[in-house]
Amino acid sequence: MSSTDQQPTRPAPPAGLRALVERRTSRDLAGRLFSATATGAGALILVTLAAVAVFLVVRAWPAMTTPAEELADAISWIPEGTTLLGYVGPLVFGTLLAAVLALALAVPVATGIALFISHYAPRRLASPLGYVVDLLAAIPSVIYGLWGGLWLAPRLLPAWQWLADNLGFIPLFREPASTPPRVIMTVGVVLAVMILPIITAVAREVFLQTPRLHEEAALALGATRWEMVRMAVIPFGRSGLISAAMLGLGRALGETMAVFMILSPGFTYSFELLQAGQHQTIAANIANQFAEANPLGVSALIATGLALFVITLAVNTAARWVVARRKDFSGAN
Amino acid sequence: MTTTSTQPRTARRPTTRDLLTRADPRRRWTDRIMHVVITSAFLVALVPLVSVIWTVVSNGVVRMSPYFLSVSMRGVYGGIDAGGIYHAILGTLLITGLATLISVPVGLMTAIYLVEYGRGPLARAVTFFVDVMTGIPSIVAGLFAYSLFALFLGPGVRLGAVGSVALSVLMIPVVVRSSEEMLRLVPNELREASYALGVPKWLTIIKVVLRTSVAGIITGVMLSVARVIGETAPLLIVAGVIDSINTNLFEGRMMTLPVYVFRQYSQGLVPCSPEAVECVATINYDRAWGAALALIVIVMLLNLVARLIARYFAPKTGH
Amino acid sequence: MVRTRVVVDTRAPRPRTATSPTPRGRLGRPVAAVLAVAVGLVLTGCGSDDPLTDPRRPGGPLEAEPFVAGDLTGTLAGAGASSQEAAMNAWIAGFQTINEDLTIAYDPVGSGGGRTQFVEGGVDFAGTDAPLDAEELDLAADRCAGEVAELPLYVSPIAVVFNIEGVDSLNMSPSVMARVFDRQITRWDDPAIAAENPDVELPDLRITPVNRSDESGTTENFVEYLHETAGADWPHDPSGNWPVAGGQAAQGNSGVVQTVNDGQGTIAYADASRVGTLGTVAVEVGGEFVGYSPQAAAQVVDASPFAEDRPASSLVVALERDTQAQGAYPIVLISYSLACTTYEDAGTAELVREFLTFVASEEGQERSAVAAGSAPISEGLRERVVEVVDQIS
Repeated sequence: MSSTDQQPTRPAPPAGLRALVERRTSRDLAGRLFSATATGAGALILVTLAAVAVFLVVRAWPAMTTPAEELADAISWIPEGTTLLGYVGPLVFGTLLAAVLALALAVPVATGIALFISHYAPRRLASPLGYVVDLLAAIPSVIYGLWGGLWLAPRLLPAWQWLADNLGFIPLFREPASTPPRVIMTVGVVLAVMILPIITAVAREVFLQTPRLHEEAALALGATRWEMVRMAVIPFGRSGLISAAMLGLGRALGETMAVFMILSPGFTYSFELLQAGQHQTIAANIANQFAEANPLGVSALIATGLALFVITLAVNTAARWVVARRKDFSGAN
Repeated sequence: MTTTSTQPRTARRPTTRDLLTRADPRRRWTDRIMHVVITSAFLVALVPLVSVIWTVVSNGVVRMSPYFLSVSMRGVYGGIDAGGIYHAILGTLLITGLATLISVPVGLMTAIYLVEYGRGPLARAVTFFVDVMTGIPSIVAGLFAYSLFALFLGPGVRLGAVGSVALSVLMIPVVVRSSEEMLRLVPNELREASYALGVPKWLTIIKVVLRTSVAGIITGVMLSVARVIGETAPLLIVAGVIDSINTNLFEGRMMTLPVYVFRQYSQGLVPCSPEAVECVATINYDRAWGAALALIVIVMLLNLVARLIARYFAPKTGH
Repeated sequence: MVRTRVVVDTRAPRPRTATSPTPRGRLGRPVAAVLAVAVGLVLTGCGSDDPLTDPRRPGGPLEAEPFVAGDLTGTLAGAGASSQEAAMNAWIAGFQTINEDLTIAYDPVGSGGGRTQFVEGGVDFAGTDAPLDAEELDLAADRCAGEVAELPLYVSPIAVVFNIEGVDSLNMSPSVMARVFDRQITRWDDPAIAAENPDVELPDLRITPVNRSDESGTTENFVEYLHETAGADWPHDPSGNWPVAGGQAAQGNSGVVQTVNDGQGTIAYADASRVGTLGTVAVEVGGEFVGYSPQAAAQVVDASPFAEDRPASSLVVALERDTQAQGAYPIVLISYSLACTTYEDAGTAELVREFLTFVASEEGQERSAVAAGSAPISEGLRERVVEVVDQIS
C-alpha cells in the first residue's frame, strides 16, 4: 500500500506548465525539508527511548556504585547488610507475582469474552460489545485504586477467608487471611480487571481472523460450536493469545496506583497470597518512597525503576516479536 | 453458522450422515456448558465495569455542584464542608494540553515518516520501538522526566511542565500508532491523482493525505489524550501537590485531577471532635469520589466524542 | 483493497476555496463546541481561589475572620513532614486570611524530602520530624546566608490506637507494647495484656499490628520510645523505617488509621490528631498509666533539655522518653520548622519571619491544636522561639 517515491513520469511539459516546472527547485527544497522533518520525528522516537534508558542509568549510577554498607547507612529503608540487588530482588519478585496472578485470573476470562464477541454474540452486537469492554481500559488507574480500596477489598474479604479456611493446607492460601484484605490477591484481582481489555482486544482480533474455511470445515464434519472453537479457532489464535497475554503482563508489571492504594507492602519472597505485608511492587514502592527519599534514596529508587524498565521492555519486545513473527508466517493474512 | 443438532432426523436406522451430524449427548452437553461458560465470562467482565461506574457516580454526585467545580482547596482544612476541584481541573487541562502540543506534531510527523517516507532499517526500528514504547510503565516515564529536568534545574524540581514531558513519553507512541493506521487508510489513488496533477509529494501529504484522514487522526489524538489524562503516578512524583490555583506550567507545583483523587483518598477519614459544629468525617472521601466522577466524565466524553467523530466523519474501511 | 466513501473520494482533491466544506470545517463544529465549553469553564474566571467565603458553599459562606488585615504579598514555598500537614494547612489558612494576596504552599513530601529541598534551596522553609544531621547542617550553612533555624513549633502526641469492638481504652506497659508490636504477643486475651487490664473483657482475637509503609518521623519517634523504654523486649534499633517485617502496612498516618478502622483486632501508632473514634492505649509512666493529651505531651517537652553542640538558632529538644515525671505522656513527636536566619531576598525573609511569628503565636498554636490535635507550646518555649524568629532578615 506504500506510495512511490518518484512522481509518475510524464511527457515533457507543454509550454503552459513551464512555470510550474520552473518552480520545482523551491518545491524540492520544501519537500526535502518536509521529509527531513518527518524522518527527524521518527528518529526522535528512538532518541527518546534511548534517552529514557540513559537518564535512568545516569541517575541510578550513584546508588549502583555506592558500597552496600554506605547505602544501608544512608537510606533507612535499605536494611543493614543488604546490597542494592538484595533490595531489588524482593521487589522484582513482588512485581512478577502480582502480574502473573493478574494474568492467571485475566487470561481465561479475556479468552471467554473474546470468543463470546467473535463467535457467540450476534454479529450486530459484536462491535458495541467490544466497545463496552474497551471502556474498562478508559477508566483511569487511580479510580481503580479508589474502587479497589474502598469498595472491592471489603467485599473480597469473605472470599479470602473462605479460601484460607478451606484451602489453607495449600501454602498459597495459608491461613489466617489478613484483615483488612490489603493483600497481593486483592491486588491481583484489580490488576486482572485492568488488563482484561487489552488482552480481550488482541484476542478478539486474532479470533476474528480465523479462516472461515477452517471453521466451516469443522462444522461440516459435525463438530459442535465448542468443538469448532476448540479445534479451529483456538489453535489458530494460540500465538496471538500468547502475545496478548504478554502485552497484558507488561501493563500489569508497570501499574502503580492501584497497587499503591491497596497493598500492605513488605519485602519477602513469599508465596502466601492472603498474607499482608509480604509483597511490594517496584512501581508502588517508587511512589511510596520517592517523596521522602534523600538524593541517594532517589538514586536507589531510580535503579529499581531501571529494573522495571528492563523487565517491561523485555516482555513487550517478546510480545511484539511473537506478533510480528505471526504476521510474517501466518498464511491467513 | 448454525449448529448441526437442529438437522432433521431420519426415522429409520441411523445413516452415516446421521451419525456424523447428530452430536452425542456428552458432546452436546459440553457444547452447552461451554456456551454458558463463555457467555458468563463476558458477564463477569461487566461486573467490575458496572460496579466501578456505579460506585463512582453514586458516591460522586453527593458533592458534585457548581461550587465544587469552581473553587480550589485554598485554606480548606480538617472537616470543613468546603473546597473543590477547580485548581485540579485547570492543572489537568494545562498539563495535558502541553503534553498534546508536544506529542501531536512529533507523533504525526513520525506517522507520516512511517507511511510516506519510511524505508529500510530506520523505519523498521521506529515501527518496532514505537510498539515497545507503548509498554513503558507510567512511573518510569515520570522518573525519566524528573531525571531530565533535575539535570538542568536541580533535584527536587516540581513543575507542571515536567508532568507534560512525562505524559508526552506515554502519549507519543499512541498518537503514532493511531495516525499511522489512519494514513494507511488513505487510498493510493488519491495520492497518484495528486501527483499526476504535478503536486509535489510534501504538498500532496499536507493537502490530500492529511485532509482525507483528519477525522481519524483527531479521533486518535483524543483517545490518546483520554488515555494520559488519568495518569497519576508520574504527576504525583513530578508535578507535586498544591491547594491553590496555579496557571503557570513553568513555575511551581500544579494539582491535577488524578493526583487530587489520590491525595484526598490518602488523607482518609477526618477525626471530628464531638463538639465541632461543622465537621464532615468523610469529607475527604466525598471529595475523592467527586473528583473521580469529574475525571471519569472527562475521559468518557473524550472517548465518546472521539468515537462519534470516527463514526460520522471517517472514511469507511474494509478489507 | 480499501473502499472509501464516495464523498471523501470526490472532496479530497478538490482545490481549496474559502467556502468549501472540508472535512476539517465540518468536524470543527462539535470539537470546537466541546473545547469552547471546557475553555469557557476554565477561562471565564468562574473559578475561585477562596472556597471558604464563597456564597455557594454548602452551609453558607464562612465569615471572613475579623483580624487586622496584613498587606504581605508574594509567594512562599515550603515542603516537608506530612505529620505537620493538618497543622500547616490551618496555619496557612489563617495567615492567608490575614494577607489575602499572599500564597503559601506546603508540599507534604515528608521530612527527608523537606530537608533535602530546603538545603538545596528548592523551598523557603521546611518542616521536619528529625533535626538536620551534621552533613545537612553543613549544606544548610551554605544555603543560608546566615544560620539555620530549627524551631519546635509542632508538638504532637503519638497515640497507640486499636480497633476492638466495645473496648475504647487499654493499659500497656512499654514491655507489653513492645512485644505486641514485635509480634511476640499474638492474641488480645494474652495473659500479659490481661494482667494490666483487669477490668477489660479482652476478646479471643488475633492481634494485627499495623505500621507505616513509608519512612516517617512518626515511626522513628515511636521506635525510639520502645527502644529506650522496653529494653530487651524490643530488639530493634531506632529507624524511620519500621523494623519488623511482614505485617499490615500503609502509607501516611491516615493510611494507617484507615487500615486500623478496616480491620478487627488491629493496633497501630499514629499521630494523635488522627485518632477519631478508635480506642487508645494509656502507657505506663512512673508506675501509672497515662493517656495521651496535649497537656501531657507538652509536659514531657518542657521536662527535656535542648540538644547541645548546635547553632544558637537551633532549638532542638533532646526528649527524655524514659521520663518518670508524673502525668507526662512520653510518646511525642516534635516536628521542627526549618528556616534561615538570613535570606538573600529581603522580601522572602519578611514573609518567612511574619509567617513563623504567626505560627508561634498563641493564636497560631491554638489553630493547630484545633485542626490537628497538637499540643500548644509552652510560654517558656515560645519566648525562645520568638527570639530566634525575630532575627530572620
